[in-house]
Amino acid sequence: MLDPWTLFFVVTTFALYIGIAIWARAGSTDDFYVAGHDVHPTVNGMATAADWMSAASFLSMAGLIAFMGYGGSVYLMGWTGGYVLLALLLAPFLREFGKFTVPDFVGDRYYSTTARVIAVVCALFVSFTYIAGQMKGVGVAFSGFLGVPFEWGIIIGMVIVFFYAVLGGMKGVTYTQVAQYCVLIFAYTVPAIFMSIIITGNPVPQLGFIGEAKGEGISMLEKLNTVVTDLGFLEYTETNKSMIDVFCITAALMFGTAGLPHVIIRFFTVKSAGAARVSAGWALIFIALLYTTAPAVGAFARINFIDTVNESTYISDEENYEARAAEIEAEGGKPVPTWYKDWEPTGLVAFEDKNGDGIMQYRGPNAPDGVANEVTPNNDIFVLANPQIANLPGWVIGLVVAGGLAAALSTAAGLLMVISSAVSHDLCRRTLFKGMNDKTELRVARKAAAGAVLAAGLLGIFSNNLGFVAQVVAFAFGLAAASLFPVIFLGIFWTRMNREGAISAMITGLVTTFGYIYWFKFVDTDPAHWLFGVSPEGIGFVFMWLSAAVGIAVALATKAPPQDIQDLVEDIRVPGTRTAHGQGDADMAPLSRE
Amino acid sequence: MADETARARAKAYWKDTVRLTIGLLVIWFVVSYGAGILLRDWLDQVSIGGAPLGFWFAQQGAIYVFVGLIFFYCWAMRRIEKKHGVEA
Repeated sequence: MLDPWTLFFVVTTFALYIGIAIWARAGSTDDFYVAGHDVHPTVNGMATAADWMSAASFLSMAGLIAFMGYGGSVYLMGWTGGYVLLALLLAPFLREFGKFTVPDFVGDRYYSTTARVIAVVCALFVSFTYIAGQMKGVGVAFSGFLGVPFEWGIIIGMVIVFFYAVLGGMKGVTYTQVAQYCVLIFAYTVPAIFMSIIITGNPVPQLGFIGEAKGEGISMLEKLNTVVTDLGFLEYTETNKSMIDVFCITAALMFGTAGLPHVIIRFFTVKSAGAARVSAGWALIFIALLYTTAPAVGAFARINFIDTVNESTYISDEENYEARAAEIEAEGGKPVPTWYKDWEPTGLVAFEDKNGDGIMQYRGPNAPDGVANEVTPNNDIFVLANPQIANLPGWVIGLVVAGGLAAALSTAAGLLMVISSAVSHDLCRRTLFKGMNDKTELRVARKAAAGAVLAAGLLGIFSNNLGFVAQVVAFAFGLAAASLFPVIFLGIFWTRMNREGAISAMITGLVTTFGYIYWFKFVDTDPAHWLFGVSPEGIGFVFMWLSAAVGIAVALATKAPPQDIQDLVEDIRVPGTRTAHGQGDADMAPLSRE
Repeated sequence: MADETARARAKAYWKDTVRLTIGLLVIWFVVSYGAGILLRDWLDQVSIGGAPLGFWFAQQGAIYVFVGLIFFYCWAMRRIEKKHGVEA
């Protein structure tokens, strides 16, 4: 299904990204790690939004919400609420601290190489699990739309990312992310506006979401509730998750978001603590544009899907589609829609005629008429097929593909920066070869970025054969919440927090969360055995408290941090007072303010 | 920070910052975990447009409030900084 519009959008946007990469080459480690730390707050906000919104946000989230209804709220609140925590608790202070990476903060604040190395391990683990999903998304988009084999799709994606991440470092990544944000938000909102007009008559999806179903005299959500319960699904505005589980998943996603290294480092690229705050606000505005549209897209897509597919007559590949469809319509029936036939080869939709009547019955688990469900759609189909389901012009489909690729590539690039700086800066320059000069470090950083691109690509190709990419994302958020968030937060807000406390807190969070998720995802998958009824997705929140409690207890039982470090903490709390302090800044001076 | 007045000023600044942060986090908690999760059934008795209010908070309202909170924080922090003569 190679479509000229798709080719056009993909080639144009890719050329744009490469052009930006050549323009924004990095000349120093300052450029490479933090884009010279003078990115405008609004620009950084936009880059952060693209950095943050991944293939999962763009392709899968609306579909997840369409299936989960109210249960999908955990993603909406969880993946936006974290920015409040970032803006209020972390970003401005970490910027004031004035170094390059998250392990930099942990290592210097806790005057310990061990703490630094543990933070590197956390950052690498979180970033690699996350990046595998992005590369896989790139491969799927290429193979599905451009007819390129999956592996080649990933290799093309790798070459593009290689260009701007290796050449431009954070500087190149920042400006390509801005372009990618524009592509992805346009691609997301255009189909949503059309669908909102068709279903509710209101061009603003956020208003259509709470508006009336066009010409039916009841609200869109009431209509959706009736439609889904008639088919035996749970009401759209309900969930079968327990309240405590919804609470914990939301919280784990929020604290996890705030603790994700690739999000945090974006705030090192602005000029000052004040700029970091404003930048977080802009980031959330740009993110909210997509995140408040997504629940509308989910609800509309669910209505459209049921409308067009349920009770339609299936047409097999052996039959001539047009002729058979006309025949069915003449008999007063509803033929299977063309979009369904277009997407069937991808396996994202499947039909199994259980009762042999040739009609596609879509049913929930408690269907009142007792009919078994015969149609299985994948989460991603909703965003991908929406333009066709809503009969939008062909170019919109090409736009959606380019948008999906932009979302995946921008996130992949942000993660690559974390991986390469963890290796070149935190491991090489700050731990193993302390005398390394700036030039050498920049060369090592480029090599590390190149190596990371290669590793990520291989991981993407490899992970296609493993069905667990979606599941390991639970690891990324859980580990960020339970191991990184507490030590960073306490490092700023509690002067008394010391090395021993930090190391024990990180290890506690890492081991318990990893163990719990691994156990309940791969060994014992029975929800009845969950601790307090909290799913692996939400457990990071519970162990975050444990990690903090252990950290505080150990810190109180051991020696207070040196005076140098306590002074350093007081400096980063008050903007403009940061000076170098012996022990904390011995290996690397903080960035100057201008 | 060598001299005592600077130290005292930093302390006062930090106290104001922490107070503001706690206040905003309470709102943050109330609109998401409160309205969207814990109190949702109770709020659902009321509708906003065609959506039950608790459901709306969970899928739309909380996000709008989050954006407002951050920008209010920026504004209030500038005020605190001005009050204590801190340069951000």
